[in-house]
Amino acid sequence: MLVAGVDVGSTATKAIILDENRKIVGRGLTNTGANVVKAAERAFKNALEEGKFEEWEVTFIVGTGYGRYKVPFGNTQVTEIGCHSRGAHFLFPNTRTILDIGGQDTKAIKVGADGDVKDFCMNDKCAAGTGRFLEAAAGVLGLELGEIGDVSQMSESPIRITNVCTVFVEAEIMSHLSKGRKVEDILRGVHNAIAGRSIALMRRISLEDEITFTGGVSRNKGMVKAIEEKLGMKLNVCSDSQFIGAIGAALFAFEKVEHENNTHSRH
Amino acid sequence: MTETIYKYQDVGRNYQKDLLGKWYKDLSTANEKKEPVAYLFISGNISELLEVFGFHLVYPEVNALQCGVRKVAGDFILKAEDTGYSPDVCGYVKNDIGLIINNNVGPFGKMPKPDLLLCTYSGCNTYIKWFEALAKFYDAPLFMLDVPYMWNGNIDADSIRYLTRQFSELIPLCEKISGKKFSMERLQEILGLSRKAEDLWVEILESSKRIPSPFDAFFEAVFFMAPIYVMRGKKECVDYYKMALEEIKERIAHQIGPVPKERFRVVMEGPPPWPHFRNFWELFKKWGVCCVGSTYSKVGGIWDLPLQGDVPSDKCFRHDPERPFETIAEYALNCYTNWSWDMRVRMMEKYLKDYLADGLVIHSVKSCRAFSVGQADVREYFSKKLNMPTLFIESDLADPRYFSEAQLKNRIDAFFESLAHKRGA
Repeated sequence: MLVAGVDVGSTATKAIILDENRKIVGRGLTNTGANVVKAAERAFKNALEEGKFEEWEVTFIVGTGYGRYKVPFGNTQVTEIGCHSRGAHFLFPNTRTILDIGGQDTKAIKVGADGDVKDFCMNDKCAAGTGRFLEAAAGVLGLELGEIGDVSQMSESPIRITNVCTVFVEAEIMSHLSKGRKVEDILRGVHNAIAGRSIALMRRISLEDEITFTGGVSRNKGMVKAIEEKLGMKLNVCSDSQFIGAIGAALFAFEKVEHENNTHSRH
Repeated sequence: MTETIYKYQDVGRNYQKDLLGKWYKDLSTANEKKEPVAYLFISGNISELLEVFGFHLVYPEVNALQCGVRKVAGDFILKAEDTGYSPDVCGYVKNDIGLIINNNVGPFGKMPKPDLLLCTYSGCNTYIKWFEALAKFYDAPLFMLDVPYMWNGNIDADSIRYLTRQFSELIPLCEKISGKKFSMERLQEILGLSRKAEDLWVEILESSKRIPSPFDAFFEAVFFMAPIYVMRGKKECVDYYKMALEEIKERIAHQIGPVPKERFRVVMEGPPPWPHFRNFWELFKKWGVCCVGSTYSKVGGIWDLPLQGDVPSDKCFRHDPERPFETIAEYALNCYTNWSWDMRVRMMEKYLKDYLADGLVIHSVKSCRAFSVGQADVREYFSKKLNMPTLFIESDLADPRYFSEAQLKNRIDAFFESLAHKRGA
């Protein structure tokens, strides 16, 4: 038996396939772009291809993320808040706090010992301190998103970024450049600004060890380091961190199938 | 399939709509008929006193919410911003300024110009600047009724005396404007009518203690509370609540509720987002949510809870013809926005407990300081100290630009999803 989870985020769409032992046997990743339905199909197809599966082999599919209702082949939907909890608990069973920094929102989720959502908090009405903020910073410095984390780690005297507004950060960076500040110092300042904001968000739901860092921004090593340093605590991260929402969705799919099998066998 | 029609079905909503329609129609001709017009606020107003002099009463807050519900708030707010009002100014104020710029014509008809602006400063400091602006726009006399904030959780004799002294300054002004002499007999008659309506309204509010609840104390209360907010002390108001109570009793008898199948009971803090009211309600209805208690339905008066301790609701505040000025003063003090945060928290806690709610929903309103300041602490208290599931969402009460449906839906879905999961559903 195979199940799948498809997480349609604002920037990237992720798909995961689990086998009957809850082992990850397929991953798909694609940019969301303008056509959400196509993105969901593409990510799912990539995951099928990775595991060399056919679509009919997948028994149950759960959609999550902002575009969860646009997964036409999905059997049901669960919010990404529920999925991140489930996914983080699966990869790191001692997770009590999740920090999820995605393309346009940042969430802090408090997780119970069973992987259930206890409380959550999100940034509101503004992309300050999200993946978009990093993208804007990379753009104005002419760098790729994938390299800014490493560059930031070369900094010896980080600047202090006062603005976490995604729109105004460009002007602030320009002014630092014109003062002759080094690119790595500016980038470290950018990372520190997001770290500070994320920690404040986590404190609102009570910051409990262990903390699992998820979402696209968790792939940025500079970001991980900036948060860990400010916090004085280690973060759980792994190569699948970006897929945690999709993993959680696939786990919900797994539960659904199990639940239905149990109900049927009882009758 | 045809739906059964009950005798009092939708009476609460429809009768309220008729009453407000007639009220607005009367307002539109007041200036022509040379009848006196006073502008008032909802929170802690002293409408009974003005009623004695036959003033038509205009509530700019109600006009603003009507603009919101009828989808013109966005235009009116932009008109106000065009003249220099900042995006951070209260959405209700800007709606009202937009209405003035629009020659006082709103979706409800033409508003008369005021002969008196009576500002009851009950907890919202924007009130003062709002009516100062109106005094300039209309060149009308402004009476500032200063109401002490209830920071210590009690109404003391000094506060009452402070207010009644101000009434004795106001009465001669009202006599001069209206050309009518003050009559104690008439005031007592009006207060008696207020009291009757208050008793009936409390009975409706407390019906939500039942499981399932026959009444939504937020999404429906905003309609049902209109008469007691804008026409207290009138016979029509008492008649309205008699009928509305019949509808509730009928619902109880037939096990009908605001949602087909009640799954979750919540207490709601904060005002609704008027320009998106229906969509907002749908986000909750989808989950079978009934609001069994709300703080917003108490901005116009608190009749179901005492200031302190445990007191049955029929012994709580009522307008009292035997103590006319004192009870009007007490009413001005005893409204939600004039309650300290300790008192507000106690109200929410009591509703959560007495109405057997599953959680607290805080709808924070960006442009309203009187409501929003302190809500982050309320959230922390309930979620961390009491371990009560608490949802914090944000938009605005009047400005349609602050409503982001995808974000709200995500939060609301996640909250009820986790409540459902906890139950093992």
